[in-house]
Amino acid sequence: MSDNNEKPLIEIKALDKRFGAIHAVRGISFSVNKGEVLGFLGPNGAGKSTTMKMITGFLEPTSGNISVAGYDIEVNPIEAKEKIGYLPEGAPLYGEMTVLSFLNFIADIRKMHGQYRNRRIEEVIQKIHLDTVRDQTLETLSKGYKRRVGVAHALLHDPEVLIMDEPTDGLDPNQKHEVRTLIHDMAKEKAIIISTHILEEVDAVCTRAIIIASGQLLFDGTPQTLLEMSPSGKLEDVFRDITTRFYEEKGMATHS
Amino acid sequence: MSNIKAIFKRDFSSYFATPVAYVFIVIFLFLMGVFTFYLGGFYERNQADLEPFFRFHPWLYLFLMPAISMRLWSEERKSGTIELLMTLPIPTWHAVIGKFLAAWAFTVVAIILTFPMWITVNYLGSPDNTVILASYIGSLLMAGGFLAIGSCISALTKNQVIAFVISVVICFLFLLSGFPLVLDFFRGWTPQAVVNAIASFSFLTHFESIKKGVIDIRDLIYFLALICFWLYANVVVIEAKKAS
Repeated sequence: MSDNNEKPLIEIKALDKRFGAIHAVRGISFSVNKGEVLGFLGPNGAGKSTTMKMITGFLEPTSGNISVAGYDIEVNPIEAKEKIGYLPEGAPLYGEMTVLSFLNFIADIRKMHGQYRNRRIEEVIQKIHLDTVRDQTLETLSKGYKRRVGVAHALLHDPEVLIMDEPTDGLDPNQKHEVRTLIHDMAKEKAIIISTHILEEVDAVCTRAIIIASGQLLFDGTPQTLLEMSPSGKLEDVFRDITTRFYEEKGMATHS
Repeated sequence: MSNIKAIFKRDFSSYFATPVAYVFIVIFLFLMGVFTFYLGGFYERNQADLEPFFRFHPWLYLFLMPAISMRLWSEERKSGTIELLMTLPIPTWHAVIGKFLAAWAFTVVAIILTFPMWITVNYLGSPDNTVILASYIGSLLMAGGFLAIGSCISALTKNQVIAFVISVVICFLFLLSGFPLVLDFFRGWTPQAVVNAIASFSFLTHFESIKKGVIDIRDLIYFLALICFWLYANVVVIEAKKAS
């Protein structure tokens, strides 16, 4: 997929995570290059969010390596985190802050100064259409706006690596379309991972798809390959095929 | 430094963005007044000093400081914003210190607002103002100790009520560690040196000695070391949760 010889921006090797008795992620390896939009698919509880939390340094892997823009997230967490923009699951926000004060707080932490800072804050506000709510406190915003503020905060420092956990969840069709366009427009200069339940989204914005279930990697390839595997020509069918077959082999109940 | 400043600024202003700050300050000042004038017998003593005012600080702090500190980390965990905070490019200890300083600065604001007490006593007589200043400093240091304990405990749970109750209990033990209530528990099965060490951990003993008007370097070191220890434990707790 890579159109250059650069090292992948995200490189994950034999990633493993256990929470006590629960084996959430089992030896996953993959990498994402600049210019790629990776769709992260899987039933609920498959380990998508856990994997994203490990890539962004929120959780420590039990074993395995993660490197972001050449920095190991465990050895050089600060340098790696500087390269990442992250939208956590459910887009948690500090409710009592206004949109503007929240973005200013992020700019403070990201050490953005002067003209560049003001320009970037204005840019994301315009790009993500937050202009009308800039002085509103975050807790008074609708779900869609909250999600957009989360996206804005992730984009503020123009990161090389963008990781978004269900960026379009809870948005109306127009907003979904906007976020997809946004992702599409940024794709060339960044390595992007998005997790989603919406398979049409994969077709619409992703250049590559990964399917995991029970913490294991089941598929890694282009959406086209995935489509070709489906007799009916529908992503939904092949997704259900891959995951249910896996659960049946494992003797587990289907989660979704 | 700039990280600590940013965290401090955010946390400090968040107190005033909600009714928390105003409710707390009103209750704080009200209780201070009640304790000083009714229980402390401020007028009846016929002495121009603030002893009856400072005497009750440890007991008020026992409940009021955990009320401030309980939200520091529990709320972040509950609302999920801890995930935002911990994926920003800052070391954990910067966040811990920034949040602690915000809580401490908020306490300073509340304590400064007790200044009418100081004006009153200076109007009524001529108190030893150096003793009063030392007592204020001692009171602040003690508040810092309580807050550091509370901050660490609040990192352990996403439930603010649990954080509050456990903090009160631990603060209570530190408050009274020079008293038979705590010491009797250790006597008999631990060496005398350990018992002495525990006795020297008492907030009350150190605060009493500062309250007399002399800031002994040992008392100063005690409170600062205590704050550092609990904040360090706070960092350890947060790091451990990451690996859980």
